[in-house]
Amino acid sequence: MHLTLEFGGGLELLCKSVKFHNVNVDLPKGADKLSMRDLLAWVRTNLIKERPEMFMKGESVRPGVLVLVNDCDWELSGQLDTTLEEKDVVVFISTLHGG
Amino acid sequence: MEADSKPKKSGARLCCVCNQNRAALKRPKTLEQICRECFYAVFEEEIHQVILENQLFKPGDRIAIGASGGKDSTVLAYVLSELNRRHNYGLDLFLLSVDEGITGYRDDSLETVKRNELQYGLPLKIVSYKDLYGWTMDEIVKMIGLKNNCTFCGVFRRQALDRGAALLKVDKVATGHNADDIAETVLLNILRGDIARLSRCTSIITGEDGPIPRCKPFKYTYEKEIVMYAYFKKLDYFSTECIYSPNAYRGFAREFIKDLERIRPRAILDIIKSEMVQSLCLAGGAESRFTKAWHWSYSRPKQ
Repeated sequence: MHLTLEFGGGLELLCKSVKFHNVNVDLPKGADKLSMRDLLAWVRTNLIKERPEMFMKGESVRPGVLVLVNDCDWELSGQLDTTLEEKDVVVFISTLHGG
Repeated sequence: MEADSKPKKSGARLCCVCNQNRAALKRPKTLEQICRECFYAVFEEEIHQVILENQLFKPGDRIAIGASGGKDSTVLAYVLSELNRRHNYGLDLFLLSVDEGITGYRDDSLETVKRNELQYGLPLKIVSYKDLYGWTMDEIVKMIGLKNNCTFCGVFRRQALDRGAALLKVDKVATGHNADDIAETVLLNILRGDIARLSRCTSIITGEDGPIPRCKPFKYTYEKEIVMYAYFKKLDYFSTECIYSPNAYRGFAREFIKDLERIRPRAILDIIKSEMVQSLCLAGGAESRFTKAWHWSYSRPKQ
């Protein structure tokens, strides 16, 4: 599944300072859908090059990291249970820095 | 979990205010699902009400906005300029930045403030530790090591802001401290048993008996909403942690507040407004009863 991922608020530093990533994520074995839960695990393994604890805590994002799927707060679509579709855009923004 | 066919994922979720547009975010303050346009309106209107009810400004005031180039101060500068125009506050607004001399952090964020100066048309003044005190934070850390840096820096910055404000001849300084910051400070002071600080830290106006009072228009504004506002409006801000901050004690309070917010988003406002904290602030606080009552109910009758 082709997706566009964007990292902001300082998170790009964990992915070698690259903000935008066009990725192709394989669906988990036996599944016909890709959930945010699956995507997060994929991102941690494939994109996060350092300090994964800054991005994730357990199976979700670290508290303080906002997630938008197609410019909508993932809290509206079920957070980790949000299902993703081809060409979706997922944005991760950290709020954990000075103002 | 149902796998019903949806024409577009979550397309059915409409804004609960206008019932027309697709909801873009869930407000932590009220758990309402709201679209972008309604969010901008309610975000700006709430801040306007906080300013009015707490009488933060009066016409003709010269106000310096403590600007670091970060998310809070950038959004504050944007919103204050906008509200000043829209509601005719009659304010003369300035951007005031402090350069602590932290390489790889402050030098970059100052570039952002310089852009904000152009983008918002607000005159900028930068005051530096080097000019005021003769040393930079980098030099200080080299001497004292990596412990307690934030304590020193915070004290120096406050004084630097006062000096900058005096140079600009402003009547008040507005800072971007948000609800999350204040909740963290409350917790921090409880953890440290610092009752004296606790009684001062939640006041929306401080330093009225000093040379330049300060106010926090974002006191009741959630950090998440500030970031979402900046994201949707594509506001330019700088977002890297100060290189010395991982050693700060505040990190523990922040982690706790964020975990708490995840379980119960209203906890942040509840901490700021808790009876215990309020009673400690009774002596000094400039809160209006109306603001308290309004925020408790999280809704307002439409004018």
